[in-house]
Amino acid sequence: MQTFAPEKETTNKPTVISKTGSQAVLEAFLAEGVETVFGYPGGAIMPIYDALYDYNDRLKHILVRHEQGAIHAAQGFARVSGRTGVVFATSGPGATNLVTGLADAMIDSTPLVCITGQVFAHLLGTDAFQETDVINITTPVTKWNYQVTDATEIPHVLAKAFYIANSGRPGPVLVDITKNAQLQLFEYSGYEKCTHIRSYRPKPIVRKEYIEQAAELINKAERPFVIFGQGVILGKAEKEFKQFIEKAGIPAAWTIMGMSAIPTEHPLAVGMLGMHGNYGPNVLTNECDVLIAIGMRFDDRVTGRLDKYAKQAKVIHFDIDPSEIDKNVKADVPVWGDCKETLPLLTKMLEQKVYPQWLQKFRDYQQKEEDKVIREELNPTGDILTMGEVIRNLNELTGGDAVVVTDVGQHQMVACRYAKYNQSKSNITSGGLGTMGYALPAAIGACYGAPERKVVAIIGDGGFQMTLQELGTIMQFKPNVKIIILNNNFLGMVRQWQQLFHEKRYSFVDIQSPDFVQVAKGFGIPGKSISQRSELNAALEELLNTNGSFLLEVMVGKENNVFPMVPQGRGVAEIVLSKEEI
Amino acid sequence: MQKKEYTITVYTENQVGLLNRIAIIFSRRKINIESLNTSPTEVDSVHRFTIVINEFEDVVRKLCRQIEKQVEVLKAYYNTEEEIVWQELALYKVPTDVIATEVKVERLLRENGAHTVVIRKDYTVFAVAGHREETEALIKVLEPYGLIEFVRSARVAIIKASRGFHERLKDFEKQEPGEEALENEFLDKNEEIFSM
Repeated sequence: MQTFAPEKETTNKPTVISKTGSQAVLEAFLAEGVETVFGYPGGAIMPIYDALYDYNDRLKHILVRHEQGAIHAAQGFARVSGRTGVVFATSGPGATNLVTGLADAMIDSTPLVCITGQVFAHLLGTDAFQETDVINITTPVTKWNYQVTDATEIPHVLAKAFYIANSGRPGPVLVDITKNAQLQLFEYSGYEKCTHIRSYRPKPIVRKEYIEQAAELINKAERPFVIFGQGVILGKAEKEFKQFIEKAGIPAAWTIMGMSAIPTEHPLAVGMLGMHGNYGPNVLTNECDVLIAIGMRFDDRVTGRLDKYAKQAKVIHFDIDPSEIDKNVKADVPVWGDCKETLPLLTKMLEQKVYPQWLQKFRDYQQKEEDKVIREELNPTGDILTMGEVIRNLNELTGGDAVVVTDVGQHQMVACRYAKYNQSKSNITSGGLGTMGYALPAAIGACYGAPERKVVAIIGDGGFQMTLQELGTIMQFKPNVKIIILNNNFLGMVRQWQQLFHEKRYSFVDIQSPDFVQVAKGFGIPGKSISQRSELNAALEELLNTNGSFLLEVMVGKENNVFPMVPQGRGVAEIVLSKEEI
Repeated sequence: MQKKEYTITVYTENQVGLLNRIAIIFSRRKINIESLNTSPTEVDSVHRFTIVINEFEDVVRKLCRQIEKQVEVLKAYYNTEEEIVWQELALYKVPTDVIATEVKVERLLRENGAHTVVIRKDYTVFAVAGHREETEALIKVLEPYGLIEFVRSARVAIIKASRGFHERLKDFEKQEPGEEALENEFLDKNEEIFSM
């Protein structure tokens, strides 16, 4: 290994390694096992980029086209790998461009460490060129943030940053480093990982009595129902979760963030919860007698009207974050802790059971949904292509092994409703924040997070135009992103709401698109646009089999709606299957 | 259930930016902070916030959990007025010549527990520590005598049932904290425990 810092040697003193703050940042990355950084240089972060020049053999840097692209890429990386995503951005606009991604990562609990450059410490507060108060701007959207003005702080601040980002309930961390600290030479005494912060409790201690109470409730239940979220994935507790539901024999439904934690075809899987989730799990939420929520936060898109949500049920809530307990839905039994620890303890106390009649109820509702919605969506009788059939064909070709990254809107709901998954960490989507423009950069990041897997980005015509500059990143670094644009020539979800709730007053939803294939071609990415069913399978095969990235635009029905739907302000049991029922 | 006055006590690390992190937990929910004080504690390096708000207990409990979630917060408690001993400090500036001529004023001040902080030729500053009604009552008393300026500090409060933070901190410093540092202690002992 080369040493890049000048070494001070005197005859009567032991050797002291001097490093610059910038080098210390990169040493921290190496010590934390970081291999890929997504970033964009600029004035205030130049010393770090200068140091990076010498670490090029050990750290891969992906130069994005916009800082928002960098942070979404880091999110995609983190979501698909479970590791911390790392971002570089400069001060001022570079840092403010991260804000959307930070908010997204905060609400979706994605572990990130973002390093922003900052003006010299002596210029702080002077309205210097490219100075913004990044710490205060990002405070509400970071799990933790810190401004470094002295290089000697860097090793332990970064150790803290990595520890906080990916422990307990994960989240984004931002470290703002002034330029003088990046340049400053200091006596470097190595990097030590952080394992404890006295004011920070990543995991509450597991209290046995609650697990006993939960087991008792579950063992006595007649119609128990499990709903789970991303906590199962973040806790790497997929196996423990599966053992739990299989022993207890309880039907399980996922939130959009929990999707893929168990295979979609699992015999106890009953589908997705929420506004555009499946019929059965929504209706039967209000018929179960024990509701077991695991690693989920009762988002309003999941619960609908709270005063009509599962009022008949005893609620058991497993969560690692104490502030989630009783936040939206009152828990009868709160099981605080890491579900990787709590679930096995619970499973041990459970009786082996099956609930054939209860499970059949889910299947009956599923059949109703199949008849009224799914069949026509997946096997349409009309000539015009539907989003659903694209996903169905994709499932057949990938066998459910692909990582599916979606943007936000109708295509997101359709993809999450119909995509098949065999393994965990396969559904990457902006769940909490609903960030349009998320998919393309997140898919780029996912390629680096799971290089062995096929990454398919499913994006609407609107969302694609929000971050399409990242095609430039694909052009330059050649990750294999399989891009599918489901183009309905509308901002479809808003249009659907305008149709259903605003008397069809289509206010600024008829978005025009460029020739996406030509745009891709300009970036050296091959592409194709289709509108006929007869072309669909061959086009999808071409997309998947092309060496490298490919863009496939599929023209789909302009005014198709996503159903079922729990209209806003209604209870989950008031879910409707068609617009006539609204 | 109705809104009540709650005093929130937060033990924290002493770090730049933490005040903002705590303040935005309230402002994000459009909750007004009636009074906010920051102070050192009996433990070196541990800092203490005393925050007064008017809210429903349910909301206050959730707020405390959000506060405790902050990385640099050690512990947050909330208490009703009966559970704490509290004081606010008020300062009053009155023209010195009035006090010199009106003997009554000095008696009134003494009755209200005021003590003199500064006497100058042109004005005198008195201080009163006490509850809000007391400090407010003295305004009414002094107004006829040409009260020039009035200011009141934030509330400081001591939790009656607290045994201080020394023992607790030792627990926090351990890699594996004991029951004392547990966050869910109140859930099953809601009634008897003063903390959240």
